[in-house]
This record gives sequence, C-alpha cells and structure tokens, in this order.
Amino acid sequence: MSKTKFDILRSTCVPLPYENVDTDQIIPARFLSATSREGFGENLFRDWRFSKSGAVNNDFILNNPEYSGSILVAGKNFGCGSSREHAVWAVFDYGFRAVVSSFFADIFKNNALNNGLLPVVIPEKDLVTLLSRITKDPEMLVSIDLHQQLLMAPAAGLSVWFEINPYKKECLLKGLDDIDYLLGIQNHIVDYEITTGK
Amino acid sequence: MEAKTLFDKIWDSHVVRQIEGGPDVLYIDRHYIHEVTSPQAFNGLNDRSISVFRPEKTLATADHNIPTLNQNQEIKDELSRNQVRKLEENCSKYGIELFGIGHPNNGIVHVIGPELGKTLPGMTIVCGDSHTSTHGAFGTVAFGIGTSEVEMVLATQCIMQAKPARMRITVNGSLQKGVTAKDVIMYIISMVSASGATGYFVEYAGSVIRSLSMEARMTICNMSIEMGARGGLIAPDEITYEYLKGVPSLAGTFSSSGLPEKWNELKSDPNARFDRELEFTGDLINPMITYGTNPGMGMAVDGTIPDIDSADSEGEASFLKSLDYMGFKPGMKLLGHPVDYVFVGSCTNGRIEDLRAFTEMVKGRKKASNITALIVPGSKMVEKQAIREGLTEILKEAGFELRQPGCSSCLAMNEDKIPPGKYAVSTSNRNFEGRQGPGSKTLLASPLTAAAAAITGKITDPRDFIN
Repeated sequence: MSKTKFDILRSTCVPLPYENVDTDQIIPARFLSATSREGFGENLFRDWRFSKSGAVNNDFILNNPEYSGSILVAGKNFGCGSSREHAVWAVFDYGFRAVVSSFFADIFKNNALNNGLLPVVIPEKDLVTLLSRITKDPEMLVSIDLHQQLLMAPAAGLSVWFEINPYKKECLLKGLDDIDYLLGIQNHIVDYEITTGK
Repeated sequence: MEAKTLFDKIWDSHVVRQIEGGPDVLYIDRHYIHEVTSPQAFNGLNDRSISVFRPEKTLATADHNIPTLNQNQEIKDELSRNQVRKLEENCSKYGIELFGIGHPNNGIVHVIGPELGKTLPGMTIVCGDSHTSTHGAFGTVAFGIGTSEVEMVLATQCIMQAKPARMRITVNGSLQKGVTAKDVIMYIISMVSASGATGYFVEYAGSVIRSLSMEARMTICNMSIEMGARGGLIAPDEITYEYLKGVPSLAGTFSSSGLPEKWNELKSDPNARFDRELEFTGDLINPMITYGTNPGMGMAVDGTIPDIDSADSEGEASFLKSLDYMGFKPGMKLLGHPVDYVFVGSCTNGRIEDLRAFTEMVKGRKKASNITALIVPGSKMVEKQAIREGLTEILKEAGFELRQPGCSSCLAMNEDKIPPGKYAVSTSNRNFEGRQGPGSKTLLASPLTAAAAAITGKITDPRDFIN
C-alpha cells in the first residue's frame, strides 16, 4: 500500500481516445512475474508502444513527443479486465498521477485510489471536449484540484466537478493508509469474530 | 423487517464497521491467494513487521505462471521459477496451506477451492484475481481484489469496500441442444456490454439458471467481471447440496437429512428490491462466439458481425480498431473461418464436465490437421478423473493430448502462448488484444464450439454434430 498524497495537479495531458482499454493492454501478462512493485513503467502499453520486434511504434500517441504530462485522458471503461494492480503501478511509474475518463472499471479504480493515482470521472460530453482540445493543443494546461473536486481547463472553457468518495479523498489528501486504519481497529475485528463465531 | 436480497444478507452480516461517508469494513471468510498477485502483499507485511492475521482462513496455489507439461521438472523461466518459489517461502513463513505445483490437489485457484470444500454458501471470499466471482455459484459474495487489498486481508482478514448496487439477471425458458452455460453468460454479456454491470453485484435467477449443475453455475458466475460486475451469485439449493455432500473433505459435514437450516435464509426475500433487473429467454440463446477484442463483442456462431451505429467517435474508433486487430469486417460471417489453435481449459471451462463435453464431441473423429490443441484440466483432481473415466484414451485416439493443470493459454504467462497472427478458439474468458500471446486473435466459445472447430479446422456450429 502507498502513502502517496494528492492535492493539486497542474499539467499538460496525454490523450488516449479509445474505450474499454483493458489491463492486458496497460501491462501484458508476461510482465507480471516480478515480485516487487518497481519498474513497471517501462512496460506500460508495451504492445502498443513497441512492435513485436521491439521497434518503436510511431503511430501510438505515447510515442508522439508532442504529447506529454502527468494526466492521462482516456475513453470510457478504462482499466477493465484483470484485477492486476500492476496496471496502476505501470501508469504511475511511467509518470502519470491522474487518469481522467467518463467511466472506470471498479477494480482498477480501487487499485488506483490505493496507490495515490487519482481516477477523475467527468461527464462523457466534457470528456469528448477535453480529448478534442488536448489533441489539438498539446500545450494546454489542465488543473485537478482534489480539495474542490474540480478539473479545470480554462483555455477550453472547462470547469468540471468530479465525484470522489469522501473517505478516499481524505486518505489521498493526508496520505493515509487503509491497513493502518484496520490495524487500529483490530480489537473490533476480534469482537466481530467472537460474536459471530468465526 | 426490510426485505433483503441474498447479496444484502451476506454483505450486511459481514460488516464489522461502517465508515461515515466511506466504505464498509467487510470481514472475509476465505482468502485465496496465488503466486502472481501475492508477493508484493507479503513484502508489505514484512515491511510492517506483522504476520498473517488468520492463516487458517487462507489457501494458496500456484496456477498462473506454471508450465502445463513436465511439471515434475524445474520451471525453465527464471522469473517464473522465482515467483513460484517466493510463494512457497511466504506460505511456509506465515503458516498458510499451499497446494503448490506437485501437490495432488494443485490446480487453478477457482477450481480447487470448491473441490476442497473451502467455498461454502454464505461466505465472503476474495482473491487477487478478477475471476474470484466464480465462487458466487455457491451463494457466496466473492470478488477479485488488487495486491494492496490482498495485503489488507492478510494483515487483518478484512477489506474496505463500498457496497455495490444490486442487479438481478433472470434467465427463464430452456436451452436448446448444443447450448451450454458458457453460451448463456456470453449471450448475457453481449447484451449488457463489457461495462454494463459496473457498480453492481449480480444475482442470477430463473429456470435456466436453476437447471444448471454446479460446474455450469461456476462458468456463469466466473464471467460476471466481464460485464464489469463486482461479482455474481446464485442462491444455494438441492443441486448445491448434492455437490457439497460429494466433496471428500466435507464428508460428514453435510448430513443426509436435507439442506442445512441456515440455507433457508440464503435466498433473496420474495419482495426484495433490486436496483436493476434484466430478463432473458434461454430458448433464444445460440452457441456463441466473440468477433472482437472484449467479451461483450459476441454473437451467435452463425451470426453476422454487426456494424457500429454508435454516435460517439471514441466508440466507433475502438470498434473499428478491434475488428481491424481481428482481421474482420462488419457484415462478415464467421462460420467457416479457418482456425489455428484450440484451447480448452481455464477457470471458466476447465472442469470435468467441460472435458467430458469436449471429449464426447470429438469421440470417433479426428483433430483437423491445421489445428494445434491445448487441452488443460483445471486441477489435478480433474486430470485424475479424466484419466479414470477413460477420457484421455478417447482424446488420444482423436489426436488430442491432455496436459497438466494451470491457467495456461488463458493469459499465456507461461510457454502456452498463441503465436502472433494465429486464430484461437478458446474456452477461456477474455479476448483482449494479445491476451493469449502478443498478436494472437482469440475467439471465445464453449467447449462444444471448441470441439467442433478442433474437428473441422474452422469455425463450426456445434449443433451440426449433435443429433
């Protein structure tokens, strides 16, 4: 678990205008043999970034030097498929600190929140606008303010409120860890076991 | 008393504490672990200098990263070998029972759990694997979690989760010959879409569901995640009871005097409210096949690939990218399309009934010369039973070899990779780009449809082989 904090992020964005980007694309299974959390960034979207022979695939947006930044903007249902948390580690290790979409797969969203990677959910129409603007204007800055739960792109005329669970928000703002919380209530867990005869 | 769904009853009775504006602290009855998603979790415990809280409620296996041939030999790949060894070390250090490679009960985690009587109605069950929903077939709240959550459960036997909304999917009517549980769930996903059940926990109901065996129910619940659901369950009944009575390690637990009394509560109250309800008719379901790169892109095996009529540009871009990857076009029929590989196995369809179905169809026939087949049992118990029942002899006669258990080509972490550009009809659960090997093209199907393809060498309607 991570105690990474998040409060305000201001950055350019990388657009990924595809729906249903699954975790097998984010980090292919052959890279899951590692026994630590480090180094997954180099294999992020491996089979989209590189051809089978290892040559750089210039058509893929992450290889386009015009686009950079710590905010990834993706089509709906980002992170679907396998529960592999390695997908989040890869996205984070590559340099992203937030992923913006209109819809996230549940397990990916939970994994992201547990690792200080902020999943930002905005309405589909705003996502379309944002994707269009950042594609045309890679230099455009976007701010994500967790305190106010706002995504702002003044140059695009966007100021969008996003939802986040209040508890998860506090954990991110303060760098708190679920395990510390649970360890702190261990006597309640034992009480539950006794009461229910577990 | 408020009317509750089965999901509500199990969830609510496992809440240790509710957090204001936050997730529930949920007690976990059974924690399954495997070699791929556990090492970093154990590292975390080590960093905190704490132990596993309830090792006796934890069960481990090596399944994802192991070979399916020559399992008695050392694993060739160094990283894989290291990862499996790490699991052995961690289980030994923390006192967790390991059904590792070489153990007579080794196998895919979601196959061995029920076989060993470790999955029981009314439980909460988690595992660092999204197909944990499989165990919902026994009337459990079972779902997949990430490695950080694995660490949480190891440390405290609890997890923090927001309670999902409740969906009921009812399938009434009856199934045509040649249509299996796999086709039913593939049909449901094609109608709901790969994201349509996100945020929901599904209960499957209806006469078709009730008619299914436990293994068939496991196939259904297994693929709940493929429509984005947190999990899926089926209320326990006579069929569940008969299955559990027959589990060797549960001998004596289930008496002959009928269903345990507490199972009376393990069903949704008649007037319980679901947040969303969907209904389907079994008779309308045909043998299914996927044509795209997510499980929602499925159709009848004799169907036509649809055109995209979505208004949004991302949806269209993704749809076309998907078809382009597969080498297909809208309006194409898949019947008769050549196939290169057939994979039978996985936690979806790697049990004895699946092997029986495949074997029955290929019996007296021969594998097509253009097909490379991987037939992988879900566990050592399944493997031994297949041998005992003479299935291996029939398979051999037809040109097929039964391998040793493991996840194998489902995610191709081991050597069982489908080569680039090759088409594979697979009884597994995911057809994402490169899932079965970089550049491989997966067509999901039932064991019967896989058998038909294995005999003809091309996509074939299994009903052609059924009288």
